[in-house]
Amino acid sequence: MRFDTGPSPQWRAPGTVAAMMRTVVLALVPALLAHVWFYGAGILVNAGIALVAGLATEAACLRLTGKPVGRFLTDGSTLVTAVLYAFCLPPLCPWWVTVTGMVFAIGIVKHAYGGLGYNPFNPAMAACALVLVTFPAAMARWTAPDIGDLDYARPTVAATITYALAGSLPAGTGVDAIARPTTLALAREGLGLSRTMDEIQAGPAFGDFGGAGWEWIGNFTAIGGFALLLLGVIRWHTPAGVLGGLLTCATLAWLLDPDTHPSPGFHLFSGGAILGAFFIATDPVSSPATARGRLVYGAGIGVLTWLIRAFGSYPDGVAFAVLAMNMGVPLIERYTRPRVYGRPRA
Amino acid sequence: MSEPVPSDPAGFDAQPPRPTWGVRTPLRKSVSTREPILVAPAPARVCIPLVQGETPAARPLVAIGQAVRCGEPVGAPAEPGLPQVHATIAGRVTAIGPALVAGAGGPVPCVHLEGTGGDERWPGYTRIAAPEQLAPAALLEGIARAGITGLGGALYPTARKLGMSAGAGVVLLNGVECEPYISCDDALLRERADRVVAGARLLVAALGARQCVIAVKNGMAEARAALYHALEAVADPRLALSVVTARYPAGGERQLIELVLGREVPAGGHPADVGVVCQNVATAAALADFFARGQPLISRIVTVTGGGVAQPRNIEARIGTPIAELIALAGGYRGEPLRLVMGGPMMGIALPDDGLPITAATNCLIAATALDLGMAPGGALEPEFPCVRCGACVEACPAGLLPQELLAVARAGDRAGLAALDLGECIECGACDYVCPSRIPLTSVFRRAKAAG
Ligand code: SF4
Ligand code: SF4
Repeated sequence: MRFDTGPSPQWRAPGTVAAMMRTVVLALVPALLAHVWFYGAGILVNAGIALVAGLATEAACLRLTGKPVGRFLTDGSTLVTAVLYAFCLPPLCPWWVTVTGMVFAIGIVKHAYGGLGYNPFNPAMAACALVLVTFPAAMARWTAPDIGDLDYARPTVAATITYALAGSLPAGTGVDAIARPTTLALAREGLGLSRTMDEIQAGPAFGDFGGAGWEWIGNFTAIGGFALLLLGVIRWHTPAGVLGGLLTCATLAWLLDPDTHPSPGFHLFSGGAILGAFFIATDPVSSPATARGRLVYGAGIGVLTWLIRAFGSYPDGVAFAVLAMNMGVPLIERYTRPRVYGRPRA
Repeated sequence: MSEPVPSDPAGFDAQPPRPTWGVRTPLRKSVSTREPILVAPAPARVCIPLVQGETPAARPLVAIGQAVRCGEPVGAPAEPGLPQVHATIAGRVTAIGPALVAGAGGPVPCVHLEGTGGDERWPGYTRIAAPEQLAPAALLEGIARAGITGLGGALYPTARKLGMSAGAGVVLLNGVECEPYISCDDALLRERADRVVAGARLLVAALGARQCVIAVKNGMAEARAALYHALEAVADPRLALSVVTARYPAGGERQLIELVLGREVPAGGHPADVGVVCQNVATAAALADFFARGQPLISRIVTVTGGGVAQPRNIEARIGTPIAELIALAGGYRGEPLRLVMGGPMMGIALPDDGLPITAATNCLIAATALDLGMAPGGALEPEFPCVRCGACVEACPAGLLPQELLAVARAGDRAGLAALDLGECIECGACDYVCPSRIPLTSVFRRAKAAG
């Protein structure tokens, strides 16, 4: 009897890139649900728009570069980018803002560098940074979370879609009527007015640590993050680095002067800290491939995030911190190579 | 398993480091250890290779038509220290010439025998009463005469390896069998631990070594217990037992030295450089078979397993037996196996044909179905994706290499880059390949790059 032959290894572990991407998206579902609970369906609308724009851009780029369109369109990487990007957008967001970022992410950040696997920068964060600097007003217009205050009317799904498509709410309601600054922006503004953190955090937008409602989204994000850790999709090094870096800086500053520095808990439960640690910084393509490198890379993101939050002109710094550390990846990898068996310790 | 192990002699009491490398794979060994070892009857015909591994071929000692008895020398070593080749059945020489054997890249010189039905033994070898008392030189000479080569799969001539390792203080006997599916060493240890221990003492004597550590894997409870009792029976303070992690490739020569002794073979060096010589447990048992029972190397234990055979089991088979006969002894094929793998699924070779004869390196035959191989039914290969730099290969690599960087450099054809990344230290274990979610054939790329460089 004759048989097929092929080189060793004769078998492979289960698990493919597409499966990895699908798992990441599934792990984001708890956070998405929490987001919808507090902010309405905006994030889903934005993610949907981003996905359509992303897939269209991806298809065009694949065709231009002569790569197999079907295989790469279904690899799930664009879906992950779209969902992560949607987390950076305000729940009410005009479509052109969403689309601008996504076309940039896929067309330039990903495909201009060679497509999946070759992009030195995290596409979702590059998109986020682009729209932050291009459309600062739209990006600052966050609606308030639904935390039970009475004068709050959550935009309906229809209103959300109308806003996304037309840039205004139906019946002439100005979006400013329901817009609130984020807690990070409030803290920055309050500190700028020489108020203490205690005074600032007494405001209704704040919960136990960070933003009311936002804290819960953080918790649900962490659930997904731990699921990824348990499933082995990500390793602990990057999240530990990010959270360790951020919390170390925040704790030191807070111990020095608790009035002018938000507490570590505030930092942890505000903005994109948890999402960044588990889902963004762990993007394999744009982070180091060595374990020690990932610790260093994560810690760099944590420290930079704190620096930007404390001294920069943007309320949250995760996107910029990730992009800045992306630039350092080749250097980090060079200095964190594992020791080769049988070679002396350096 | 709560059996205490014999107290580790000085120098081995330190806990071996827990490895940061390696992969956990399904083991799938228990299917083939349910039944005891089946001693196969002498086959009707055999094809005995005159070459083992990379060494020059033995010179045939017989002529076509000549009658030989089982265990009679048929090939004289080309150089001193190389193994002699024996008839593995009693019969008549039908042909001498090149033929394909399992695992060889091309035809190799062989002696073909056709059995006469009986299984008369050649009386030329006799058992020796106290072989441990022999001088090392006499032992080495005997090992070569017995035709013993490394039975772990590498086929390195044992006498030559021992001769080159003179002065090594430690014999490390490898019973780890870290590759999935393979259970021939496990079966050997369960049923014939006394022979392994006797062989261990002979190896110590042949080398003038101080110590011999027999290593088994975590989870080999029966083998460990059998070995423990065999060690207790001889009460030789120079012998010890060590249990290592079940991660693949814990049984790699260099990895085992790291795990058991906490030593690392210097890059580009040999185990003897750190005072160690590694041998497989089956090789030790072959030594005992020769010196204590007068039987040269004419057979070996082969695991016949996989979803594609009806009754997976271990079979002691004569060297040169056609694979199809071993499959028949294991109940024949079941379903439609896709591949016939010699060795384990990580480093094994996919054989084109089950008519090939087994060699001393054939430790395992897997009639592998799509399910065994983790392939889609029908065996379609998943397409390769670009490297997503996930780092899984880096984590898996037991040599501390960066497979993803080696890949980029190898595909760019950059020789200097490959050397800078220590491609030479790659043991071609396949761990990086196994875990790669992009299904990149990393090991094949490295093998080719090494051959080209
Ligand atoms: S396992 Fe594969 S995809 Fe991951 S870094 Fe290694 S080569 Fe790249
Ligand atoms: S095949 Fe080579 S590079 Fe891959 S894991 Fe094994 S030693 Fe490392």
